[in-house]
Order: sequence, then structure tokens, then C-alpha cells
Amino acid sequence: MTKRIVIQAALFAALATGVASAQKILINAAGATFPYPMYSKWFDEYHKKFPNLQFNYQSIGSGGGINQATQGTVDFGASDGPMNDKQLQEFRNKRGFGILHFPTVMGADVPVYNVAGVNTDLNFTPEALAGIFLGKITKWNDPELMKANPGAKLPATDIIVVHRSDGSGTTYIWTDYLSKVSKEWETKVGRGTSVNWPVGLGGKGNEGVSGQVQQTPNSIGYVELIYAVQNKMKTGKVKNLGGNFVQASLAGVTAAAASSKEMPDDFRVSITNAPGKDAYPISSFTWLLIPEKIADANKKKAIKDFLVWMLSDGQKMTEALAYAPLPKTVIAKEQKAIAKIQ
Amino acid sequence: MAATSTTVASAGPSRPAPSFVQRLRSGDQIAHLITFGAAVVVLLITAWLVFELYTNSVLSRNKFGWKFLFTSTWDPVAGEFGALPFIYGTTVTAALSLLLAIPLGVGAAIFLAELAPPRISDALTFLIELLAAVPSVIIGLLGVFVLIPILRTVEPSIRAVLGWTPLFQGPFYGVSVFSAGVVLAIMIVPFIISISREIILSVPGDQREAALALGATRWETTWDVVVPYARKGIMGSIFLALARALGETMAVTMVIGNDPKIKASLFAPGYSIAAVIANEFTEATGDLYTGALIELGLVLFGLTILINAVARLLVVSTTSQGSAR
Repeated sequence: MTKRIVIQAALFAALATGVASAQKILINAAGATFPYPMYSKWFDEYHKKFPNLQFNYQSIGSGGGINQATQGTVDFGASDGPMNDKQLQEFRNKRGFGILHFPTVMGADVPVYNVAGVNTDLNFTPEALAGIFLGKITKWNDPELMKANPGAKLPATDIIVVHRSDGSGTTYIWTDYLSKVSKEWETKVGRGTSVNWPVGLGGKGNEGVSGQVQQTPNSIGYVELIYAVQNKMKTGKVKNLGGNFVQASLAGVTAAAASSKEMPDDFRVSITNAPGKDAYPISSFTWLLIPEKIADANKKKAIKDFLVWMLSDGQKMTEALAYAPLPKTVIAKEQKAIAKIQ
Repeated sequence: MAATSTTVASAGPSRPAPSFVQRLRSGDQIAHLITFGAAVVVLLITAWLVFELYTNSVLSRNKFGWKFLFTSTWDPVAGEFGALPFIYGTTVTAALSLLLAIPLGVGAAIFLAELAPPRISDALTFLIELLAAVPSVIIGLLGVFVLIPILRTVEPSIRAVLGWTPLFQGPFYGVSVFSAGVVLAIMIVPFIISISREIILSVPGDQREAALALGATRWETTWDVVVPYARKGIMGSIFLALARALGETMAVTMVIGNDPKIKASLFAPGYSIAAVIANEFTEATGDLYTGALIELGLVLFGLTILINAVARLLVVSTTSQGSAR
């Protein structure tokens, strides 16, 4: 009891001196919804460490994050897809300096399905996934699927495709992967947070897609890995560039980032279809978008310190929330890049 | 009431015309000002809304022009935007929901107002008004997990009877324009019932007595005298229901299938304007894309006005020929 009082007194003293020495700093940020649980955990932990520092993160979506960072209404943004060259130019025109990408954690998309009489994990080749989502493979007993799944009793029924109806980073990763493995997909549909789907029904959010798949016999869709893990869903294995069918896992996602060819200096890289035997091919980074110049010295220091902490202590918290941590090589590179913030 | 009596008192012949201050004090002018202000504010909000939608959709309007309304490609990657599938989906789901909800709603309102014992009527009306207060996301969830499985089981019988029409062909995935219409009908029926019932109850008793005195049966009185008398009010309730059906977002997007294609079959998935805006706005990158979504908002606004105007014209043309009012 007395010990607790002493601690409380010490805390009060620390707080009082803290308040006296440094004024409160509020840092506003907005963007991606996918890493929101991770970010709010980080910002909360960091706030506990430095009570005078508070982050206010609005998970309004990647598009909104990019817009608000460009407009300068937030101190930094966050996005599931890297900003494209046009968006970078827009930022530069508007603000007079550039913006930096910092990968924070990784996520992945997994195929989920509901096929009558199939209880095993199905194997999917890239050709099968592209074919199904292009509307070219229309039956579950298509040779492409039969070949990859010897022994599975695939019915001769129509495949019903379910995709996301809301714009989302999850869709970006999925279409980015399909664009890489299928020329036809790249030219006909392309990559984006929303695309012009050749076939299929739209479900709103991960829960909408998984609900639709569970409700509709002989359907296939895709959801965010974390969502599938938390809901203990049966997921398909996907064939990677190394020729193995891999089940999505946090380790597989980190492996994809590690085996991914050279990391560019601006970190704007897609790691879908990464080489490597263990790499799960439909993986992606999510990024913080931090302006090169931050006028307020206090804020600048706070953001830089936070990045350092996020890359060390912060990374240890990722797996508890089912996010894949960054590989060491990427962390080392990011630590150097922090100095670019002026 | 107080205002009326003071006006009457001050309007005596011997007194000079009351000054502005006097009238202000009597409350008449104040009431006038306040109500006028309220009306103006509502109009201003509407005008402001249109103005904002108009200015913010400039990129999309300039690029696509009127073509926006008549093309059906919606490709955010290529930057091609056409509103036709959404306009179609919105109109068809709203029409279908009215088709189902009007007979149900008006029928229930007549029963509750004219035929049911007052006690049952009050209890039932209370329950029906509760239905109107259910959040649309809950209705949407019920649609996905309860209604669609039910529709799946009745679908073969619908197909057996109406399958020869192009409206009920092709595979049925559960989510469809048809499901959206049914869900919308459930959402709007309470509006029609509760308002129509009030209107029917407010029909003067001597109308009924006169009809009965002429030897009409109870049903003839209700159908030939009371309902025509209340027609305008019932129409009003239907307009309100229609507005709700056109603008409903959450429940529709959960059951319509979100596929921007125009298919004749009601069993096929579709998409509505409100649903696509809600789905894509947060992640819309690029000014043209956002502009196109905002222009869709403008289109929905125009569509609502247009449909309301047409409906109102219909009412005027039918009520002018010999209704009780």
C-alpha cells in the first residue's frame, strides 16, 4: 500500500515537472484503416511513455490520408498503397518539398471459399486466381484447379466471385498481385483501391465479403489475413514464385518482404509475388507518409523519436495484434531514412 | 391562440393602425419573423447543398458532360465514369419497394384506422413505429442473415410462376436488386402506415355518417368516401417513403450485390447511387474520381426532384377530377 502511494507521488512529481518543462504537443494524423488497431496501440503506448505527447489518428482511409497530408491539414498521413508519381508531384507543387514513405507493418490477403463437399485447404495457382477473377475459369472442376488439387472432390458447379465493394487497401493488394501474375488482368482491369471488376458480387468490408462467401455456396472471395486469423477462417494456399503452395502466415509475410528484391530508397515498393521459397505472395507494406519538412521543431523531434521507437520497441508489439513485423533489413534502412526529415 | 385573440382585439375600428413595435409586442410579427426565418434557412441549406455538389464536381462534369448520365462504365483505374447503372439500380429498387409497400402500407393503415378496435390499433401502431426506428444497418444485417435465406427458399416458386418474364431469369445469388427492393419495402412501410393512419383518422366523422346514412356499407364508406378524402395525405406518406427508398444506403449496399451492371432480371445483382458513394468515397484517390462521386450525389438529388415532381403531377391530375377535396 505504501509502495503504491510512493509510486503515485513519484508519478505526480514527474507529471508536474513534465508539464512545467514541456508544453503539450498534439500531433494529428489520418489515413489507412487497415493498420489502425496497430497505430492506436502504438500511439497509446507512446503517450504513456511521454504523457505530454499525444497522437490523434483518424482512420479515414488511405485516399483521405494522402489528401489530408497533401493539403497539410494533418502532420502526417498513412496509406496502404504507396503514393504514385502524380500524387508525389502534386504534394511537391502544393507544399514546396517532398514526402517520405515509412513502412510500419505488413499485411496480406488470403483467398476464402465455400465449396460444397470440400473440407481440405485448396491450392490456388496464380493462373487459377487470375482466371477466376477475370471470369475465364467459371467451374470449380476446371482443369487448372483440378491439377493443383489432386484428391479434392471439386464439384462441376459455377464459381461465384465475391470482392470488396468499398474502396480498400485490401483490394489494392489483391489487384496488384493479379496485375503482376496476369498480363490480361493488368491491361483489362489494373490495380487500385476500387476497380472495374469483370465478374462478381461486392461485399462491404472484410465482414461483408466473408459473410457473403459463407452464405453463398460455391463462392470465392478474399479477405485481409488478420481478419481471417481472428475469425479462424479456412483459407486457401497460394503458389509462390518459388513453386510452393504456402498458407498465409505472419512469418510468410515477413519472408516476402525480406526476399523482395532491392528495397528502393523511398520505400515505395510492392512486395506482392515476391521470390523466395517461404514468401507468401499476396503481401504488402503499409506506410506512414511523413513530410520532408516539419516547421514546428517540437513536432519534428516528436515524430522522429516516435519513428525510432516504432522501429525498435514498437515492432515487438505487432504479432500480438496479428500484424507481420518488418524484416531487419528494412528496419535498418528506415532508421537511416529518418535523418531525411528536416 | 393568444396571438389570434390579440390581433382581433387590436383590430377595433376606433384605434389607429398599430405601429410596428406594437405589432411586435403583440407577438404576431415575431411569429411571422421566426417562421419566415425557419423557412428561409431550410431553403438556404438546400441551395447550399446543391451549390457545393455542383462546384465540387466540376472536374467530372467538364470531362464527361451529359455523357455521364448515359454511359455505364465505372472504372476508377482508367478514370472512366458513367452513372447509368447506378441511376438504374436506384430507380428500380425504389420502384419495386413502393410496389410492395404501398398495398401493404395503405391496407394496414385502413385496417388500423377504420376497422380495428382502438386498443389493438394503438398497440399495433406503436409497434409499427418502432420498426421505423430500427437503424438501417440492423435491417441490412437481418436482410443478409434472415431475409436472403428465406428468399432463397421462395425463389423457385417465384420463378415457377413468373419465370417466363425477363424480370425473373438468370441465377439467383441471394444478394440482388430483388432482395434490395424487399428490404427497402420493409423499411418504408412503417412510414406509409403511420402517416396514412393519422390522415385517415383525421377524416371528419360526418363524412362517414353521411355515407352510412345514404345506405353505404362500412367497407363502401371506407373505400369510396374516407380513403378518397384522405388521398392527398396518403400520397404525402408515399412521397416520404419514396424519398427514404431513394436515399437509403447501408441496408441497400448489404443486399444489392454492388455490381454496376444493368440487367433486366431482378434476380441479378445491381448497385445504387447512395451505395456506391458510401462504398467508394473514403478511398477515392484523385480529384476526378472524387468529382465523379460528388456528381453522383448531384444526380441523386436531381433524380429525387424529378421523381417527386412526376409523382406530384400524377397526384394533381388524379385529385382534380372529383375527389372530396
